[in-house]
Amino acid sequence: MVELVWLIPALPLAGFAILLLAGPRLGEPRAGWLATAASAGSFLLTLVTFGGLLGLDSAAEGGAGGHGGRWHVSTLFEWMPIGGLEVDAALLVDPLSMTMALFVTGVGTLIHLYSVGYMGGDPKYSKFFLYLNLFLFSMLMLVLGNNLVVTFLGWEGVGTCSYLLISFWHERPSAATAGKKAFVTNRIGDFGFMIATFLLWTTLGTVSYAGPESLVAGMPALATGTATAVSLLLLLAAAGKSAQLPLYVWLPDAMEGPTPVSAMVHAATMVTAGVYLLVRLNPVLTDEALLVIAIVGAATALFAALAAVAQHDIKKVLAYSTVSQLGYMFLAIGSGAYVAAIFHVVTHAFFKGLLFLGSGSVIHGLGDEQDMRRMGALRAVMPVTAVTFIVGWLAIAGVPPLSGFWSKDEILLAAWEQPDIGPLLWVVGLVTALLTAYYMSRQTFLVFFGGQRWDDSAHPHESPATMTLPLVLLAGAAAVGGIMNLPLVGDWLVLEHFLEPALAHEHRFSSETWKKLLLAFVAVLAALIGITVAAAAWLRSRIPSNRLEPALLENVFYVDSTISNFVGGPGTTAFEAAATADRRFVDGAVNGVAKLVRMLGEAVRPLQSGYLRHYASGVAVGAIVLVIWLALRGVS
Amino acid sequence: MNGLEVVTSWYLILGALLFIIGGTGLLVRRNPLIMLMCVEVMLNGVNLSFIAFADRFGDVHGQTVVLFVLVVAAAEVVVGLGLVVAVLRASPRATADDLSALKG
Repeated sequence: MVELVWLIPALPLAGFAILLLAGPRLGEPRAGWLATAASAGSFLLTLVTFGGLLGLDSAAEGGAGGHGGRWHVSTLFEWMPIGGLEVDAALLVDPLSMTMALFVTGVGTLIHLYSVGYMGGDPKYSKFFLYLNLFLFSMLMLVLGNNLVVTFLGWEGVGTCSYLLISFWHERPSAATAGKKAFVTNRIGDFGFMIATFLLWTTLGTVSYAGPESLVAGMPALATGTATAVSLLLLLAAAGKSAQLPLYVWLPDAMEGPTPVSAMVHAATMVTAGVYLLVRLNPVLTDEALLVIAIVGAATALFAALAAVAQHDIKKVLAYSTVSQLGYMFLAIGSGAYVAAIFHVVTHAFFKGLLFLGSGSVIHGLGDEQDMRRMGALRAVMPVTAVTFIVGWLAIAGVPPLSGFWSKDEILLAAWEQPDIGPLLWVVGLVTALLTAYYMSRQTFLVFFGGQRWDDSAHPHESPATMTLPLVLLAGAAAVGGIMNLPLVGDWLVLEHFLEPALAHEHRFSSETWKKLLLAFVAVLAALIGITVAAAAWLRSRIPSNRLEPALLENVFYVDSTISNFVGGPGTTAFEAAATADRRFVDGAVNGVAKLVRMLGEAVRPLQSGYLRHYASGVAVGAIVLVIWLALRGVS
Repeated sequence: MNGLEVVTSWYLILGALLFIIGGTGLLVRRNPLIMLMCVEVMLNGVNLSFIAFADRFGDVHGQTVVLFVLVVAAAEVVVGLGLVVAVLRASPRATADDLSALKG
């Protein structure tokens, strides 16, 4: 059954093709249902393939790269047979790719369904679903590809779709600019990806993940310096795609896109591609690189959490929260806890997808209002949205037994056990957890509790069933998602045992049970402190709100304005100078060569007069000279 | 023996004369048709020398080369006459110098 894997990305691609040819004719809502059906079919096929993978014996010998027997490579065709480089269009079915594909198609289907209602009445209705299906296809190629080139194809595909979807309402200048910003920032990361691929190919001669000649098998032969360089380039790639410091700037602006896009592309799936890439290539990561990854992750987590504290836009809070949570995942990778990173990717997809869709439901119900200062007391008019949002809030805040608690706790434990600066990373993670609980509580209280701050003319209303059903399903997943990987009892670590063969290089550590319990207790305490402070400030107004929203945080440490001031001022001068130098010297050299050739041509051009007698005399004179020369030389 | 040698050199002299007549005609005449005929005369002067040498040294290679020259000359005449006819049809009083109008 694992042979059916090619159908998983093929279905969304087919949906894309049909919508491309007949999208406007299908119209609303049939185009949306078609795209949703393609996505749902893809999810069912992933389940079937997953079943097939479970049927393979994990203990069997002969697998490459520590995969055991539980993997399958499905080669579709030979893509680039160039000299020593052989790149196949091949898909890899292994525990890691299946985990990713399952939640990508699962959450993706729910968001497709939600969009059917959310995008209702939009003039570009069918185009939206066309992009969504293309995105899903690219994302599946990214996680299922068996080599870096196929992954790169998906990587660029999701980047393009992200650009198209952020600037979906490109009539708004801010949306068009945000799309460009995302695209340009992502290119920087793509550079890292490409150079890392070239380096791995020149040193190891292969770009495949699994199979007879795989990267994993060749890793031990890699020199430490090369491995560190590759790791850092991969970190650059991942930082671009997953919005880590300093390349995070595009993600908050990406909220200009429609809310389902923010949920799917910029919270649940695409932004986790960087985490996937690092986990997939984890054998190459050296200790030095891991330390860098951990520091980048911890710094991003804290930085973005601080920024989220003082935002007023309902989606901006969630955007910075996403950056912060992605920082957690990088912290997990940097601590060598790859399972914890993937675990958090999955639970984060559940609760952040839920929160985004919930915020979309609020925005929809209030007639496109996004400022939380004009919300409040919405739980009475939007009961389903309110209840599901509260589940998401408690999950991300880390309140047991919801899913976020389990995955976040794993990461904090891993950070504590990090050999070099473990306790420091743990403290940063803990402060971030406290801030997360605080800003998410602030958001929930501002939106659903307190006094009414919207006009009665807004007529807020609960969203249609196509939108509330995904909310309810995701709330269920966000609530109980933690059972995938329950600690303390060994047999309950389902995800860890499942991923084990694919992640043979996981840094293992064993903590005593009392330590685990103590750290978990401290983390829960931090979450409760955050919630209590938020309740005191925003429910009971015991603390004046202006003291809790310093301008420094509201403007995100003035990073964006500094960048635009620089690029607009001294930056422009430098770019102009570079352009002038290009015109003068580079273009000058090229044009100079052309001019020289032209002058030479002009000089010899009169030789070709076009008069036959000139040519004939030339031949005759030449012949005579030749004869004389031969006669003088003497025939030998 | 002496008589035979004299005969060979006569042929060679005739060939050289034909070659020079043709070459001079090619250089001095302006009518493209005449110029084409001059080329033919030059070719046949060379052919005559080939045959004379072939006979003198009893070597059949010279005669073979002549056959090749005839074939190539025939092909050349086809193309050349085609061009000349086309040019004269366009302007009946054209000379070879007028062909410089074809220069790029």
